[in-house]
Amino acid sequence: MILGRVVGNVVSTGKWKTLEGWKILIVDQVDESLSAIGNRFIALDTIGAGNGEIVMVIESREATIPFEDPNTPTDMAVVGIIERINCGGDHIEIM
Amino acid sequence: MFLGKVLGNVVATIKNKNLDGTKLMLIRQTDVHGTLTGKPQIAVDTVDAGEGDTVILMKEGGSARKLLKRAGAPVNLVIVGVVDTVDLGGWTQVAK
Repeated sequence: MILGRVVGNVVSTGKWKTLEGWKILIVDQVDESLSAIGNRFIALDTIGAGNGEIVMVIESREATIPFEDPNTPTDMAVVGIIERINCGGDHIEIM
Repeated sequence: MFLGKVLGNVVATIKNKNLDGTKLMLIRQTDVHGTLTGKPQIAVDTVDAGEGDTVILMKEGGSARKLLKRAGAPVNLVIVGVVDTVDLGGWTQVAK
């Protein structure tokens, strides 16, 4: 799983049937100090994450687990909203 | 599987219900000498690892779910061991 920041969303009307109803987010991968580290990707939202939030993203085959339909075509899904990072004596609270 | 270093932990109240009660650690992959090589990733801890520990990580979803005994857990990276020493052709390094 990786750490990311939601920076936007994508609207798609004509899409695979099993993707209907799911919010599609644009997520920047971040490091422990919340700086973007270059990777930007598209992920399906499963928990109601919003713009600017720091999230936990599951990649690869396991990204389909949160969905009822096992054939949901995704390899990135947002599965948690991070509110605190305790790292090297620093405690980063995320509002 | 690969070696990594625990950077710290992350707290998430709103998360997939199958992740409830799991301890989420922030880790980075290292080489055998302990040099950080990978990007930060989130792993589920099963062996009570702490910040600064060198750990063994397993990146495979099926095994992870069996280990956690949760069929519906969206997990693909698990800490499965805390490393004490690394021996490599006569060269030994004590982790921590």
